[in-house]
Amino acid sequence: MTDQPVLARPTLRQRLADFWDSDIAWSFRHTPLAIIAALVVLLIFTAALIGPWLAPQNPFDPGSLNLMDGKTPPMTPNAFTSNSFLLGTDDQGRDIFSTILYGSRVSIFVGFAAVSLALAIGVTLGLLAGYRGGWVDSLIMRIADIQLTFPSILVALMIFGLFKGLFPVGSHNDLAVPVLVIAIGLSDWPQYARTVRSVTMVERNKDYVSAARIIGQHPVRIMARHVLPNVLGPVLVIGTLGLALAIIAEATLSYLGVGVPPTQPSLGTLIRVGQEYVASGEWWILLFPSLTLLSLALSVNILGDWLRDALNPRLR
Amino acid sequence: MLAFLIRRVFQAVIVMLTVAFISFSLFRFVGDPISTMVGQDATIADRQAMARELGLDQPFIVQFWRFIAKAVQGEFGISYRVGRPVMDLIQERLPATLELAFCAAIFALVFGIFFGVYTALRRDSWLTKVVMTVSLIGVSLPTFLIGIGLIYLFSVELKWLPSFGRGETVKIGGWTTGFLTESGLKSLILPTITLGLFQMTLIMRLVRSEMLEVLRTDYIKFARARGLSDRAVHFGHALKNTLIPVITIMGIKLGALVAFAIITETVFQWPGVGFLFISSVQSVDVPMMASYLLLVALFFVIVNLTVDLAYFAVDPRLRISAVATRG
Repeated sequence: MTDQPVLARPTLRQRLADFWDSDIAWSFRHTPLAIIAALVVLLIFTAALIGPWLAPQNPFDPGSLNLMDGKTPPMTPNAFTSNSFLLGTDDQGRDIFSTILYGSRVSIFVGFAAVSLALAIGVTLGLLAGYRGGWVDSLIMRIADIQLTFPSILVALMIFGLFKGLFPVGSHNDLAVPVLVIAIGLSDWPQYARTVRSVTMVERNKDYVSAARIIGQHPVRIMARHVLPNVLGPVLVIGTLGLALAIIAEATLSYLGVGVPPTQPSLGTLIRVGQEYVASGEWWILLFPSLTLLSLALSVNILGDWLRDALNPRLR
Repeated sequence: MLAFLIRRVFQAVIVMLTVAFISFSLFRFVGDPISTMVGQDATIADRQAMARELGLDQPFIVQFWRFIAKAVQGEFGISYRVGRPVMDLIQERLPATLELAFCAAIFALVFGIFFGVYTALRRDSWLTKVVMTVSLIGVSLPTFLIGIGLIYLFSVELKWLPSFGRGETVKIGGWTTGFLTESGLKSLILPTITLGLFQMTLIMRLVRSEMLEVLRTDYIKFARARGLSDRAVHFGHALKNTLIPVITIMGIKLGALVAFAIITETVFQWPGVGFLFISSVQSVDVPMMASYLLLVALFFVIVNLTVDLAYFAVDPRLRISAVATRG
């Protein structure tokens, strides 16, 4: 006789079928706006990921540029070189389509990295504050309150200025991206900490936490293995909305001229450059990067909103 | 009441001290003030004399105390970039920012309340649907894109309004105003919309949801039963009660307007303090950054304190719960 396993491990096909039947997948299938938004996000992310292989030229390699191609309108052959570009070129003869592919890479990378940093800090401190309570809670939440008094863009600007002053001038261009990530990440953590704290305070008093405590598990292990998985739902929602905010924050800082260096432009930098050419009629230099940023921010926002409604049955 | 007041003031002082400490650390640790002032080739004796003169040989706490004492008197040192006292520069630029923030606040308040009431009363009209959709898109758009869009439409294409600057200004005492000339007023329109749009959508949504809630209450039903006109019910009874939270939120958001003005001022090259601050961040002008930070913090703390107290005075329920929980 062979031993029959009590529970067969679900096959991949079964798991996919289960997921297809789950509430959240059902809600997704029945929200056309969420599907469109997901497709847009997927398209931009994929394009950014494989950008260097997709782009017709490397816009930041001076060797591949021809100044004669400068300011070519979209889909029209250039007057001198008769080269044609899908979305036109800027004053240096850079193909706008390629700069957008490279620019979204920077924007999306900074957005993800900043949200990850904010999440790491916010979730850790929020768990700690909610689980321990007492003076730990008061201290962490007071700091969060003080920081929340100021708009995060101002906090990010201050942190950016601070770093710029602390490091020698020569290293600014190399450090710009990490500093930007730190500035946006540090300016965003309090809202994560607040949400995680409030959920943790509810979970802390539930039986499964008491049970874990009674069998003598270490508080860190309880927080990480038992409480954390139960606070991840709300975290996922504000994380998604936070990604849109982080992408906008990065674009804003770069637009203000304090973000990434011109040699490594993001969508914000491209818009900043494009604005100079609007008055003289070269609208495409500004329009296409703006549209990319707009659809990216809007789609991520819509996904976040949908996720919030889908995960919160009370709202339905 | 007194306990609440003291708590709030105490908290405000803590915030100010924290910000002052950050500003002071900027001064103390970012760059080398002595090299900046005496030059690279000064002798060690020169540098020590300079350090003594500036009080840099004193313990950290003493230096921090002196920094605060000076800051309270409005002395923040000389801008590295421009070479003039920081306070003078800020005083020159402040009217531009305050006028812009004021106009944006009025814009946000008037249109926010109007659209909020409208969308709550006429829930199924097509205008309501348009306004709600536009506000959803407006919230997820970066401010600077809205500004650029407005410039493109009204300055480049239609050529109705100027795309940058304040236009002609009139000087009254130490205050320059753009309210008195036609070009000054015209220049205000686009930046005002750009800066106020986000707050407007917030106020609109708040008024709408509060209004919908209030319209369901018994006293509104009773007012209708008494045969009062729609107008009296909507504006005399319902709107009044929705305005309490609006005042609170508006107060807090007014502070945010001054900070968000940084972005709007850059888009429209508006000669305000935000524009000044961005230039100082770009060129690591430490005195300028530190004083802007302190100034904005002071502004925020005062606004928050006023709002807290106003809320406390307006809403009696808060007084009772404060007594019950805080003792």
